[in-house]
Amino acid sequence: MPTFILRRILALVFVLLVAVTATFCLLRLAPGNPFALNEKQSSPEIIAAQERKFDLDRSIPSQCARYLGVMRNNEGHFSGLLQGNLKSCLKFKDRTVMELISQALPVSAILGVSALLLATTIGVWLGSIAAVRKNTWLDSATMLGALVAISVPTFVTGPALVLVFSLWLGWLPVGGWTGISSLILPAITLAGPFIAYIARLTRTSMLEVLNQDFVRTAHAKGLSEKRVLYKHVLKVGILPVVSFLGPLAANLLTGSLIIESVFSLPGMGGFFVNSVLNRDVFLCCGSVTIYCTLLVGMNLFVDIAYKWLDPRIRLE
Amino acid sequence: MSEPISIPTAQPPGAWRRLTRNRVAVAAMIILAGIAFVAIFGPSIFPYSPEKVTPHSLHPPSWLPLVAEQAKLDLDHGGAVGRWQHPFGTDMNGRDVFSRVIQGARVSLIVGLCGALVSFFVGTTYGLIAGYVGGRTDNVMMRFIEMLHSVPRLIIVIVAIFTFGPWLEGWLHDAQSSPWLHYIVRPGAEGYAKIMILILCLGLIEWLAMARIVRGQVLALKEQQFVLAARALGQSHTRILLRHLLPNLIGVIVVYLTLTIPAVILDESFLSFLGLGISDPQASWGSLLSDGKNVINPIHSYWWLLLFPAAAMSLTLVALNFLGDALRDALDPRARR
Repeated sequence: MPTFILRRILALVFVLLVAVTATFCLLRLAPGNPFALNEKQSSPEIIAAQERKFDLDRSIPSQCARYLGVMRNNEGHFSGLLQGNLKSCLKFKDRTVMELISQALPVSAILGVSALLLATTIGVWLGSIAAVRKNTWLDSATMLGALVAISVPTFVTGPALVLVFSLWLGWLPVGGWTGISSLILPAITLAGPFIAYIARLTRTSMLEVLNQDFVRTAHAKGLSEKRVLYKHVLKVGILPVVSFLGPLAANLLTGSLIIESVFSLPGMGGFFVNSVLNRDVFLCCGSVTIYCTLLVGMNLFVDIAYKWLDPRIRLE
Repeated sequence: MSEPISIPTAQPPGAWRRLTRNRVAVAAMIILAGIAFVAIFGPSIFPYSPEKVTPHSLHPPSWLPLVAEQAKLDLDHGGAVGRWQHPFGTDMNGRDVFSRVIQGARVSLIVGLCGALVSFFVGTTYGLIAGYVGGRTDNVMMRFIEMLHSVPRLIIVIVAIFTFGPWLEGWLHDAQSSPWLHYIVRPGAEGYAKIMILILCLGLIEWLAMARIVRGQVLALKEQQFVLAARALGQSHTRILLRHLLPNLIGVIVVYLTLTIPAVILDESFLSFLGLGISDPQASWGSLLSDGKNVINPIHSYWWLLLFPAAAMSLTLVALNFLGDALRDALDPRARR
């Protein structure tokens, strides 16, 4: 197990380096200079001085190497991503990327975690009901609803919910970050399609498990219907859902870009989109670093959870 | 690997009959045909240009009962509005929303179709090679896919679009005055640079599922006797891949192609919604929805700016997903549970 985790962490570093290098080089290749995007034209000398100050002079590979911290910067020491230095934001030069991210990450994280919880609990619940009541109207209605929910994008459902619950009924805030009540609509919107997807996954796998021998044995032992369902069927039936948690985390991460824009939440998404528009390489690579770390961390967690749920699986 | 290995046949007998017996699938096909018809012929039937600015700004759908206040406003803005002049209303700049939704349909469908084709070429080629060559090559190729899975791809694509978009635009501009290329690259081609780049980039991130499925199927198929027979007859690897294996994969490929189209459309509208894809004065469903979202406020609800693009888009995506599901049931009876 420890070697497994260690190997995963090494893989994380590798993935991270590749993703950050790609992002960095692409953004530096893109037309537009982060120091010359203001309305007032800076003189070439000022731009050159700024570039030197932020280690963005010389060739792109050398800039990237200095950003990653594998090459001495203009002040003569190693200071970059590998040393844990995310540099300063190029748009607001008095703020570091670390500060901005530590401000925005909690908002995104709370949104993401609540959406994750909503998606898994409600999704598994609906899917199990559909499986147990197979071929009834309840089953068909759930599955029909699920396919519709998967198809309708969140930037349709989001504004629709705002229109109904915030503007017409006035129950919840329209947007912004004012506390728990401002989280309800975004979390529901973000979780919606994934509730549907998980419900479909759960139904399929539960139906398979319900036909297996150990379920019949459990029934034969005289266990109650509830106990068979919760202790025996669900524990195995939930496995595909667990393995979907990795991709789910990825989708929630990108999905939150939209949600934060719809509900004007001060999360990571806004920073990321603006960093691309402003050619702010440091902020952009910082966000990519966070996204990748979260994603790989989530995948690791999923593998361990998988092993715990199904002892037959061996981690390699 | 974890994919269930089932041995497919080219087309299970009666696939079409099974498909048309599914009422939902037939409804989905009719809806899609209707949307495609409107997208192709709409602009020549409906007279308003999607980019024409009129004085009738933010006019509600014109078939609604006319309120006295609105009628007065219309006269101030240069004349009454006919009952069917703006069936979906107008936007902030007085542009006709119906025409814009049609134009959005054209853009979104083209991006969806071509993006899915790109993903089909990449995914199928990758899967065929990985599955057929097998061994260490297969292992490395599959590790690469796993690696791509753990990168937030759409996020990298956003950066890529911003890098390559302006390049392509400049190239298309230069090509118009080059002695050779100006036969292919017509004037005004640079307007399509964003669409092309979206097609390429989105196609290049949505191929992973296709590659995995194709590889799984090839792994099972290549052990079959007809492949051995073809080898024994001295056929080349390329020929075996293209003439013997590929036809057997048509079913799976069609299913995943149908499911990739809505995924690409969704991605495109996602980017346009964030203001990173198609932008004014061009329209796609995503950019229209973004316009609609921007004018939501507690005092006036300009609901038509949101409702009609949302309805068009949701209808298309729901129909495509239903069709994809039904195709899977029809072409791969084993997957049905």
